[in-house]
Amino acid sequence: MKTRPCAALARAAMLSTAVAAALCASGTHAADKVVVGLITKTDTNPFFVKMKQGAEDAAKKDGVELRTAAGKFDGDNASQVNAIENMTAAGAKAILITPSDTKAIVPAIKKARSAGVMVIALDTPTDPQEATDALFATDNFKAGELIGEYAKAALGSKPAKIATLDLAPGISVGVLRHNGFLKGFGIKEGDPSIVCSQDTRGDRAKGQTAMENCLQKAPGINVVYTINEPAAAGAYRALKAAGKEKDVLIVSIDGGCEGVRNVKAGQIAATAQQYPLKMAALGVEAGAEYAKTGKKVSGYKDTGVTLITDKPMQGVDSKDTKFGLENCWGS
Amino acid sequence: MTTRSAPPVAPAPVSRPHQHRMPTIAEAGPLIALIAACAFFFTQTHRFLSFQNFSLILQQTMVVAVIAIGQTLIVLTAGIDLSCGMVMAFGSIVMTKFAVGLGVPPVLAILCGMGASALFGLLNGVLVTRIKLPSFIVTLGTLNIAFALTQIYSNAETVSNLPDAMMFLGNTFSIGPAEVTYGTVLALLMYLATWFVLRNTVPGRHLYALGNNPEAARLMGLSSQRILVCVYTIAGFIYGIAALLLVSRTGVGDPQAGQTENLDSITAVVLGGTSLFGGRGSIVGTLLGALIVGVFRNGLTLIGVSSVYQVLITGVLVILAVAADKLSHRRA
Repeated sequence: MKTRPCAALARAAMLSTAVAAALCASGTHAADKVVVGLITKTDTNPFFVKMKQGAEDAAKKDGVELRTAAGKFDGDNASQVNAIENMTAAGAKAILITPSDTKAIVPAIKKARSAGVMVIALDTPTDPQEATDALFATDNFKAGELIGEYAKAALGSKPAKIATLDLAPGISVGVLRHNGFLKGFGIKEGDPSIVCSQDTRGDRAKGQTAMENCLQKAPGINVVYTINEPAAAGAYRALKAAGKEKDVLIVSIDGGCEGVRNVKAGQIAATAQQYPLKMAALGVEAGAEYAKTGKKVSGYKDTGVTLITDKPMQGVDSKDTKFGLENCWGS
Repeated sequence: MTTRSAPPVAPAPVSRPHQHRMPTIAEAGPLIALIAACAFFFTQTHRFLSFQNFSLILQQTMVVAVIAIGQTLIVLTAGIDLSCGMVMAFGSIVMTKFAVGLGVPPVLAILCGMGASALFGLLNGVLVTRIKLPSFIVTLGTLNIAFALTQIYSNAETVSNLPDAMMFLGNTFSIGPAEVTYGTVLALLMYLATWFVLRNTVPGRHLYALGNNPEAARLMGLSSQRILVCVYTIAGFIYGIAALLLVSRTGVGDPQAGQTENLDSITAVVLGGTSLFGGRGSIVGTLLGALIVGVFRNGLTLIGVSSVYQVLITGVLVILAVAADKLSHRRA
């Protein structure tokens, strides 16, 4: 029939156009900017919000296209797995990730790496740490140690009555900081000078409740370790309501701008400052470098932690709040 | 002669407000549990039984307790509100940003914040009644919308340096040896008012009727659309009041607040014996439920038990409460 060769010709034309279009598309794709992905635990914690902003600034500077994604809550592994797969499919050369579940994310990372993507963990190591090409993070244990040493020095010869306001069971950041504090202070878990330990989820109101209840249990508390600065702010409010804010030493970790202001105001005695913007910026740079030269970054890069206090103690290195405010994250 | 049968009357409402009857296990349960918990902690530590400690427990539970009032009203209509915590956070950011950022006078800023929360309640009500979506789905959506709006408007930063008038409810006065906050008094007054309305007024009885048997309520001539929209909007306004309580307790507008309050308020409602299927339950039970959680949290800290057991015990109590409610319902 006459229509059959016409139909076949039409089909061949369509096919060749499609192939040509695909070739053209991939051709133009190669001229696009380098894609780097950033996957944070959540979009809500200001720490990650500022990390994302730091990555965006670095991406603009290095001429890199940044794709971002986050889990819906701390511990949301599934969303992060999806994000890795999507970013790999979108042609990302490097993926920066703060893993929510440090073990469960490993298979997805392995798959991405075997597809040629460089994966760098930020802030929290995967388990095992070698599952990622590199780790840019604060040494959370060291951060805890610094404030533990400071608290011991500041307390002097007074007998310690310590309250620890922790994060939540099993989360590595909370565990590392808590254990670091104990080591820096020179005591072990279960020491009788620890009179109260409660979880706060890093939340201001829960920190306030935990401090109130701890004070009821042990009115003589004179040192409070807090997992982060919002928890410390809540603890201070509880202490002030009980009239005890002058007798108690609060130490914290994070070095956000609001937290450093609280150190300046005398609410927090000392805080260990970390640098999420630096983690993100280094990660974006490493991604751009890998895309350009094919050289991968590896190993652990300590992005640094600095003790910020206006009342320095002998034998413990620290910087004052002026430095803290110049280098703080947040606003 | 033929006798005319009496014209049919509408079925009488299920509960009779002025009839005194023995409370069922489900109703007495929360009170028994609370007293038992208090007794237990009293035997474990001498620090538990003091006016100051009880005042603290009240302050710690007040925000969730007030949110739970709104939640109770919605649950009584066989609905559920997952957005309550986030709507509260949104209201707290609106009122604090208006006062600090825009210089709006404190009282007006507070009303704007409560209005913002009430608007979200209205949105929930409209979506549930007009689009006829289940409240679980609707409030799951508005939860995310409220959360995102809160982060965007606040830029994920806390709002501090609040005017004193906004923190008035955090101020205390002395009753004997204890310091009581005005916020606690407000919350208890709200419970009293809600108790009265639910028990003794026509709208209150209509609420129970609607939750208990929507078809019978419709035959009685009740407009379920109007009642539901009212309930959700009022609940939103109540979350706005909770926002003010939170702001006066913590002293800041915190955009990270309110993340666990939805499940906490549902826990209080369930522990209080209110049925999640609607139509049964009391507001007093909700207050007891909120207090039970607060007592356990405080008591376990006083005796030095790790936080994770507070979570475990709350879970066990919820199962027990629902089981007790189911059993007593079956017997009746």
